[in-house]
Amino acid sequence: MIRLTAVDLAVAALLVLVLAALSARVQRSLGSRILVAALRTTVQLLLIGLILKALFAHVHLLWMALLSMVMLLVAGREVTARQHRRFAGWWGFGMGTVSMFLSSFAVTIFALVVIIGNQPWYAPQYAIPLLGMLLGNTMNGISIAMDRLTEAAWQQRGQIEARLMLGHSWEQASGALRRDAVRGGLIPIINAMSAAGLVSLPGMMTGQILAGSPPVEAVKYQILIMFLIAVGTGLGTLAAVWASSRRLFDERQRLRLDRLRAPPAER
Amino acid sequence: MGPSGAGKTRLLRAIADLDPHGGEAFLDGVSSHQVPAPEWRRQVALLPAESHWWSERVGEHFAAGDVAGLQFLGFEPDVLGWSVARLSSGERQRLALLRVLALVPRVLLLDEPTANLDPANIERVETLLIDYRCARSAALLWVSHDAAQAARVGQRMLRMEKGRLDADRPGIRQ
Repeated sequence: MIRLTAVDLAVAALLVLVLAALSARVQRSLGSRILVAALRTTVQLLLIGLILKALFAHVHLLWMALLSMVMLLVAGREVTARQHRRFAGWWGFGMGTVSMFLSSFAVTIFALVVIIGNQPWYAPQYAIPLLGMLLGNTMNGISIAMDRLTEAAWQQRGQIEARLMLGHSWEQASGALRRDAVRGGLIPIINAMSAAGLVSLPGMMTGQILAGSPPVEAVKYQILIMFLIAVGTGLGTLAAVWASSRRLFDERQRLRLDRLRAPPAER
Repeated sequence: MGPSGAGKTRLLRAIADLDPHGGEAFLDGVSSHQVPAPEWRRQVALLPAESHWWSERVGEHFAAGDVAGLQFLGFEPDVLGWSVARLSSGERQRLALLRVLALVPRVLLLDEPTANLDPANIERVETLLIDYRCARSAALLWVSHDAAQAARVGQRMLRMEKGRLDADRPGIRQ
């Protein structure tokens, strides 16, 4: 493997600076946003690199659990932040985070114990990348699905209530919405699986190949990851949509849009 | 009857148990809380001022293929195959009435059921509703802005103002 030096990264950073300068000519704020994002990526990745280095040196379940919890909570916050009309109070954060926890952690632990079978099963070299990829993708699926669900419930409140008025149950009145939300959450991973290898070379596989792994080994891991992501995203999305749609209606099956917060004013 | 914003629609929605409310509604001595919500709304059915349609075709909004009253309200049977998008506001309002009558509710909560209709159709709708009330011994709670209509169809007139039932005076027709 060819090791990268600070100078190599600086050359790449120079390209980002050029991009930021060009974008600033289109829209001033866009240039600064690119710079802030690039800075964040550098700092965050360096930090996680240091943390992983420390974790690899001190393999302990407690440290792993702590890091996983931090990752989960950050992902939960991200899901909440991406909602246009989020649930008021802790519900938005809670339902997204619990769904992510149930699906990502279950699938990761299953893969570590049953499929990879490393000793100990929580060895950070496998556990952290797997959990990270699952959380990242599940987070996308759940936030898209919850956003679609609440937005559609708001847009179609007339139709939903018309059905309730005609004696339909909340499940009937929200069926189309829920199906649409689940589909929305699953489209990214379905697209990723369909295009893998033809249009795009997935990042993890590319990384392994760059790091010197034999391509066939890298491919096998990529297939495993794709399957795990699909299952994790699917289960997480289903759980989040179920919980959210349940929360949209109360025990008397009334549509409770007052449980959603008004979206931030459009700028 | 009552001015806009008096709370007429909110009252109807509360009786149909569509909004959280502090009161309690009874049908034949049975509280709405003791009946599953969908069942309650089929028996105490609300016809809102504005109708909403969730499917492409008119007929998909009716449980049965045979809809009573179509001809009486001036529709051909093939209206069930029409696209909802091509309905006029008056047609929507009349079809929404038939849609709610198909539930055979025991109480009908009507929120300005003739607001978008021409005089001939207003008369048909009034006749249809009065006939339904007599045939099924149903109760109608009818919100109207038209005093003459209230006198034609009402047995009791209730006035609402600022969220309160103001006065109770008998209508002309008994």
